[in-house]
Amino acid sequence: MDNGSAPPCVVLEAVKLVKRFGTDSPPAVDGVSLTVSRGEILSIVGPNGAGKSTLIQILLGLLVPDSGQVRIFGVDVTQNRRRIAHRINYASTDLSLPFSLTVQENLQVFSLLYDLPDRKRAVSEMLEELDLGPLSSFRVGRLSTGQIARLGLAKALLTRPEVLFLDEPTATLDPEVAQEIRILLKERVKRDRMGLVYTSHNMREVERLSDRILLLESGETVATGTASELCARFGANDLETVFIKSMEHARLNRG
Amino acid sequence: MKIIDRNSPQGISKVGIVAGEDRESPSPGLLAWRPIAGILLRQLYLYKRSLPRWMEIFYWPLLDLLVWGFLTLYLRQGANMIPGTAQALLGGLLLWDMLYRSQQGISVVFLEEIWSKNLYNLLVAPITPFHVIGGAMLTGLLKVALSSGVAIVLAYFLFSYSLFSLGVSLIPFVMALLVMGWALGIMTTALILRFGQEAEVLAWGVIFLFQPVSAVFNPVSVLPPGFHQVAFFVPASHVFEGMRAVLNGKGLPWNELGWAFLMDVVYFSGALYLFHRVLERARRTGFSLKLGS
Ligand SMILES: Nc1ncnc2c1ncn2[C@@H]1O[C@H](COP(=O)(O)OP(=O)(O)OP(=O)(O)O)[C@@H](O)[C@H]1O
Ligand SMILES: [Mg+2]
Repeated sequence: MDNGSAPPCVVLEAVKLVKRFGTDSPPAVDGVSLTVSRGEILSIVGPNGAGKSTLIQILLGLLVPDSGQVRIFGVDVTQNRRRIAHRINYASTDLSLPFSLTVQENLQVFSLLYDLPDRKRAVSEMLEELDLGPLSSFRVGRLSTGQIARLGLAKALLTRPEVLFLDEPTATLDPEVAQEIRILLKERVKRDRMGLVYTSHNMREVERLSDRILLLESGETVATGTASELCARFGANDLETVFIKSMEHARLNRG
Repeated sequence: MKIIDRNSPQGISKVGIVAGEDRESPSPGLLAWRPIAGILLRQLYLYKRSLPRWMEIFYWPLLDLLVWGFLTLYLRQGANMIPGTAQALLGGLLLWDMLYRSQQGISVVFLEEIWSKNLYNLLVAPITPFHVIGGAMLTGLLKVALSSGVAIVLAYFLFSYSLFSLGVSLIPFVMALLVMGWALGIMTTALILRFGQEAEVLAWGVIFLFQPVSAVFNPVSVLPPGFHQVAFFVPASHVFEGMRAVLNGKGLPWNELGWAFLMDVVYFSGALYLFHRVLERARRTGFSLKLGS
């Protein structure tokens, strides 16, 4: 690959990803290419079943694409995921953490799994940052769905990832906590120059948070750009309208 | 929510190129102890507060011990009992339990991760599945030590049977059984990951498939012809044959031990290979179970 032509500080580069789950089923991801730079927030947006979660799993190296390539810090994640695994992290509303462990114990376990330096401090700082202090001795089984999502985020941010993947991080959060999480994520992105890839069905949130947006439909990229670029292109006032128009457009195009 | 400012450990990368591998700490090596300790710690935390889990460690082994112990009391009253039968029965029982616990130890660790929807978190972490297996083996070892420890002591006081009458040969016997248990535990885990939660019954049942051909309580020679051949390929059958030889004062049967460990190597490498294949497949197809949900 010609690294010299890549834009500054690209940390993640995906080229022409294709993934089918069965030979006769349509591709879940179909020819998607994307890049993420340091300090950049890329949102992946699209209807249910568009392939967002599948795409994220390919980017993480958990799922092998049928064709195409993913490089994080120049390392092919399909082949050498372990070389960069300590520099990335992931949280998803589909996941949880062990129910019978407390919030604090779970973070301690992950601080060991990631072999973090100064584990005690890392955990207590994370508890504070995500307002989990009062819940630290609660078993996960006793937490609400939104609290579990916050713990998932704590687990993901604990390791100070340079590239973070979040699959619908705010889907189960109340508006106030969601807003706090957005501020926290923005701060992390700015301060640590973390690259963030995330999905959401909340268009107002996507509009406010993202530097760039990738519209996905039936596994294909419909459009990419900043919120205002997309609004201009689809003659819309907000992202919600862009979403609806672009999806109609994509379906019409496919016939 | 408070944002804590801490000097970012990762330096800002060189501008203008794809950011390279500029972060200091490398990914943990295959034999790194911290990830393994992490898995072990997670299991220890589970036991910190859970009375049922503690009971599970002691409950079955102790009940088994009582049932079989009482039987040996009865047998001892009989005049025409073959000498050493009681010892062989109790020895067989205590050793069998180690095999059983060691298999369960592995399967339960993985099932626990699946139930709690945590498997993806582990897959994303900079560890390999073999770290998880390592942690599970250690966990199993601790559980075996606890439950067998108590059972051995009780067998001594209640039924005046000492497993240590097997002498130093006990060490290789136990090792051979633990390894077989680990191998079966890894195999059942692989099958659960491959076929989803319906295969969970395997975790509890597979060991009993091996019991009849393990010659736990009876010599291999009494098995019907077909079973006879199968038993040869089961590490445990060699251990239990060896145990009876020692009890009959024949000394350490090196050939039985040799076969037991050879079969162990075959089982264990087969299990790791199967596990590896299942994970490789899952990376192409996605996991068949929507892990835990
Ligand atoms: N493991 C799998 N095996 C088979 N098909 C799958 C698997 N995972 C996803 N799919 C299919 O791939 C397509 C994309 O699914 P995916 O979960 O990526 O969508 P999504 O955009 O994340 O949707 P949502 O907004 O509902 O989360 C769907 O048609 C889904 O049925
Ligand atoms: Mg999804």
